[in-house]
Amino acid sequence: MTNTLIIPASERRLNNYVSMEFTFKNTLTFAYRSLVKGFKNPESFADVVIMPVMFTLMFTYLFGGAISGDVTAYLPIIVPGILMQTCVTGSSNAASQLREDMDKNTTSRFKSMPIARIAPLAGILTADLVRYAIAGVITFAVGALIGYRPPAGLFAVLACILFMSLIAWCLSWLFAFIAMKVKSVAAASSGAMLIMFPMAFLSNAFAPTETMPSAIRFFAEHINPLSKAVSATREILAYGTLSSDFYFALLGSLAILAVFIPLTVRAYGKRR
Amino acid sequence: MTITTNSTDCVLAVEAHGLVKQFGANRAVDGVDLEIKTGTICGVLGPNGAGKTTVINMLATLLKPDAGVAKIFGHDIESETQIVRQLIGLTGQFASIDEELSATENLRMFARLLGFSHKDAKVKADELLDEFGLTEAANRPLSKFSGGMRRRLDLAASLISQPPLIFLDEPTTGLDPRTRAKMWQTVRNLVQNGSTVLLTTQLLDEADQLADDIVVIDKGRVVANNTPDGLKKSIGTASLQLTVKNPDDAELARAIIGNLLQVNVQIAKTSELSAPMDSADKLTNVLDALKDSGIQLYEVNVTKPTLDEVFFALTGSGSVGDNDNELAYSGRSNSDSKGLWR
Ligand SMILES: Nc1ncnc2c1ncn2[C@@H]1O[C@H](COP(=O)(O)OP(=O)(O)OP(=O)(O)O)[C@@H](O)[C@H]1O
Ligand SMILES: [Mg+2]
Repeated sequence: MTNTLIIPASERRLNNYVSMEFTFKNTLTFAYRSLVKGFKNPESFADVVIMPVMFTLMFTYLFGGAISGDVTAYLPIIVPGILMQTCVTGSSNAASQLREDMDKNTTSRFKSMPIARIAPLAGILTADLVRYAIAGVITFAVGALIGYRPPAGLFAVLACILFMSLIAWCLSWLFAFIAMKVKSVAAASSGAMLIMFPMAFLSNAFAPTETMPSAIRFFAEHINPLSKAVSATREILAYGTLSSDFYFALLGSLAILAVFIPLTVRAYGKRR
Repeated sequence: MTITTNSTDCVLAVEAHGLVKQFGANRAVDGVDLEIKTGTICGVLGPNGAGKTTVINMLATLLKPDAGVAKIFGHDIESETQIVRQLIGLTGQFASIDEELSATENLRMFARLLGFSHKDAKVKADELLDEFGLTEAANRPLSKFSGGMRRRLDLAASLISQPPLIFLDEPTTGLDPRTRAKMWQTVRNLVQNGSTVLLTTQLLDEADQLADDIVVIDKGRVVANNTPDGLKKSIGTASLQLTVKNPDDAELARAIIGNLLQVNVQIAKTSELSAPMDSADKLTNVLDALKDSGIQLYEVNVTKPTLDEVFFALTGSGSVGDNDNELAYSGRSNSDSKGLWR
């Protein structure tokens, strides 16, 4: 047994708040934990590997002819759409993942430790950046295999993956909030789905908005930040430039962060 | 905003007054007062559903009390939450370690979260694994761990920051006698090194062996707060159980025994009597007295008092908690075990 004497409570330097630096360190530790667990269980990456392959091939060959006349002409439209869709689906998975983690006994230990409140959540969500990156790389790889050559080059591709991962990360806080508010993994997963599907599909990601009914068209063109993200990506890939859509998407995502980080952390920290 | 407290003014590790926690209509904790002196072991004794875990969860800042105040080394659990968390280690009733990580990974991660550097976290993890005899199993998946190993790892994880106050919620439940004895020794060592320990248990014997003070709770209320010796004086060190041959003799036997031992005697199933005794020596007197009155006996037993009898002695009511109490000693007749869960 250790014979190190315990430092009495009265002789300790104690702090009732957690510094930014410590919060950041805690978050990285939780992210690392999440990744270690992920790599021990490689099936957990199946969705971000298989989905982009499946969707890119399916959408391109199903709708390519109908929407753009031929497959090659459809690729610059669909690849950024699939990029967005796979990243956002990945981020919606955070809801069930978090709900599952919160129900484990480890959570009560974390809550009794002097660590940053936000860190367990932020860590898991941040580790998901790896998943988004995998999804992004595979989407472009499949695109390249079937003939997609973005004019702006490789650097633009990397920038787009980074940009979309960031958007997905911001959005994942919305899904994290859902996870805090529901009682079961099943409810978290279906709740996330109910939000993810309209956001991904009521957009310009897969088809031009011109033929949509006016209400949906208005939402898809002017409200949905994901449409803006897709437009911005298309522009980066075609010309290597940043449009107003880029800033609009970024601003929208930051707004989601500003609203949902405080709400989520409060819901997590709530002691019944 | 660094607070350094004056070392003289808070000798109490835990000071709680009127703690209340209500779950819906169920008052799980109903006005609990608790004082634990620094450097002592406090045993909280109570049957299933008594509110032991709920009390710990409130003191460990996991649950918000509905009423009452509590201080840990003088720091309020409500307003100085983060300070309180720096002073406590919690080993919950159910192991709270990450099943998907190995023992080493678990300990290192907790150490990192507490601010240890990579190197220090490694050293600390190895040290604790060694101390708890887990070095060999350190890299095995936790799914291959036995219950006792999990408990040890869980306790090790609560000791990383060397907290001055440690909560142990039923630390020996499910352990075999040998492992239990080791756990007791570990707890004693912790206190020797200057920690204060609050442990809950359903075993009278365990509280007796370890604790400096015993707090008995039932249905969310403190029904006794005493030293082990004081408690034993009030309930006896032995428990007499006897069955009379003829149920008609039961009342007479109760009167004789009650008179002789000066205690309350319980009758169960018309012919089974039980009573606390302060020493087993009195048995002969009891048997002689019964014989003189012509009462024939079917069976006689002297055992250590059960939790049930402690409660009977303390509250005068035989039913404890929500009635799913597991008795502390299984030395009693098993005849009614069939209907136990109904
Ligand atoms: N989160 C909760 N929600 C609703 N009721 C609860 C909750 N936690 C505990 N209870 C109830 O509060 C009462 C006290 O429970 P507690 O877990 O504190 O008992 P305990 O003394 O630890 O019992 P045990 O020996 O079985 O661990 C029980 O009736 C229990 O059903
Ligand atoms: Mg309990």
